[in-house]
Amino acid sequence: MNIDSIISDLIFIKPEIAIAATLVLIVLVDLISPKSKTALPYISLLGIAIAGVFVVQQFGTAEFAFKTSLSSGMFAADDFGSFFKIIVLLASVFVIFFSISSSEIKSVNDHLGEYYTLMFGMILGMFFMVSASDLVLIFISIELLSLSSYVLAGFVKNTVRSSEASLKYVIYGGVSSGIMLFGISLIYGLTGTTNLYEINSIIQIQSFPHITFLIATLFITVGLGFKISAAPFHFWTPDVYEGAPLPITAYLSVASKAAGFAVLIRFIKITFINSIDHHGNWELLNIIDWRSIIVLLSILSMTLGNFTALWQDNLKRMLAYSSIAQAGYMLLGIAVLSDQGLTATMIYFIVYLFMNLGAFFVVMLIANEIGSEDIEDYKGLGKTMPFLGVTLAFFLLSLAGIPPTAGFIGKVVLFIALVDANMIAVAVIALLNTVVSLYYYVRVLKNLYLVQVDEEKPVIKLSFANGFVIILLAAPILIFGVYFTPIVNFAKNSINILGF
Amino acid sequence: MQIPIEYYLILSAALFMTGIVGVLIRRNAIIVFMSIELMLNSANLTLITFSSYLGNSIGQIFVFFVMAVAAAEAAIGLAIIIALFRNKLTVNLDEINIFKW
Repeated sequence: MNIDSIISDLIFIKPEIAIAATLVLIVLVDLISPKSKTALPYISLLGIAIAGVFVVQQFGTAEFAFKTSLSSGMFAADDFGSFFKIIVLLASVFVIFFSISSSEIKSVNDHLGEYYTLMFGMILGMFFMVSASDLVLIFISIELLSLSSYVLAGFVKNTVRSSEASLKYVIYGGVSSGIMLFGISLIYGLTGTTNLYEINSIIQIQSFPHITFLIATLFITVGLGFKISAAPFHFWTPDVYEGAPLPITAYLSVASKAAGFAVLIRFIKITFINSIDHHGNWELLNIIDWRSIIVLLSILSMTLGNFTALWQDNLKRMLAYSSIAQAGYMLLGIAVLSDQGLTATMIYFIVYLFMNLGAFFVVMLIANEIGSEDIEDYKGLGKTMPFLGVTLAFFLLSLAGIPPTAGFIGKVVLFIALVDANMIAVAVIALLNTVVSLYYYVRVLKNLYLVQVDEEKPVIKLSFANGFVIILLAAPILIFGVYFTPIVNFAKNSINILGF
Repeated sequence: MQIPIEYYLILSAALFMTGIVGVLIRRNAIIVFMSIELMLNSANLTLITFSSYLGNSIGQIFVFFVMAVAAAEAAIGLAIIIALFRNKLTVNLDEINIFKW
């Protein structure tokens, strides 16, 4: 690898360069005019738009950047990565809208420069994560994401809640990245390389001490499982989601999870693949029984998430457990180990992006008004905040998977993939879990509409901009719920992971 | 006489276990952070061992990245501990318990 090839490979990381440049620009603008913070969100949106254009342009390329050998490199510019970059960018746009109207973020207005800088640190980390095809790059980008999100989780530093969330996050995160790094070091020792493609070609021909390889891989799975908040690595999720400022909670639950899933899928598919048959089923090397591991993680996440959510009184915390359960559903698609299952997971992700962000946004707007996220305080809000009440109900029903919302389509596609792969028992468990989840989602609706409140409260008005953002989030759920061909095609066209 | 590779690996595994046990049983947030650093350093030791054993340089380059990451993580961790200490006047993890189930 010489300097010319490095420079010529820079065109493959144009989106990342745009994000990094925006990060620097935000720091500079904040330095030059420390008093005025109003321009920062718009600069951020501009940077995201430019990066978005580059990502869209990159669809269709399948090239390695920063080659370490003839047939593999550190960074894979492919459609699969671009798909998750789009998800991350969409989530970022919405989270910036959330931040503009969040009262928690307004309380730390002096530090908005750092806020957006760190947010771009997260985006940069996630961009490299979803395209990384080398364990070194995977580790560093995960750390870039984590370090920024530790600070953002504790951003409202004068409240105990936020600091406590941040401390818990940094401890759990530090331990899981330590475990993951130890796993990476063992894999490096066994194979002599950190590149996923080279590891794959080595484990195809050589045999290893089976147990060491298994333990090393499980260690890496711990680190990735932490990022996607799958049980049993989920212990940080409810605490951090509850304590962090709401825009950051929403961001962690969608973007950071998407990036974690992308790394997990790429890691499994590239490292352990033997061949893909013409139906798109992945024949994995029989070193590690990935299907059992993922099914186990997924059933644990669904069951634990749904059943613990039943007795939560704080809506943010309930949504945290619900997002653990959602991670369980999405893992099911990977457990199928076929292109069909992967497509189902990706479709679910598009839907999850809108419905989860929407639910968090409405919860944030309500908390801005009534200063509480307690489900008991939601009594009668259906009357005082009619629009927010209806949309919250809509987002929650979509999370539960009720037709005609897009959440229903997401679940149906997943279950079809499971049934096609003859995993009927798992599909039944997932279905039963959906029924359980309905109970706690509907409990919120009951408080919104059915509980009688004695005192008459005035109707609280919603600003036009916030209403518009809610409609931007709700419209796709309704549209994709009845006309889902575009997202299915989009997901189908972007499952190409470089090399396979 | 050369030290066999097993000795290094056993040492790093022991360091790693010390780190894990430290995280699990110590209640002082700063000591928990020291334990996390220990885990990262045990991985560093493994990387360097294998790098020298296999005669390829990826491991040693990786260690530099890990050291930078570990330094950043320590800085952020300590800053967060200070932020929490200002609010709560404690670094004992048993007393940091607003969130439960």
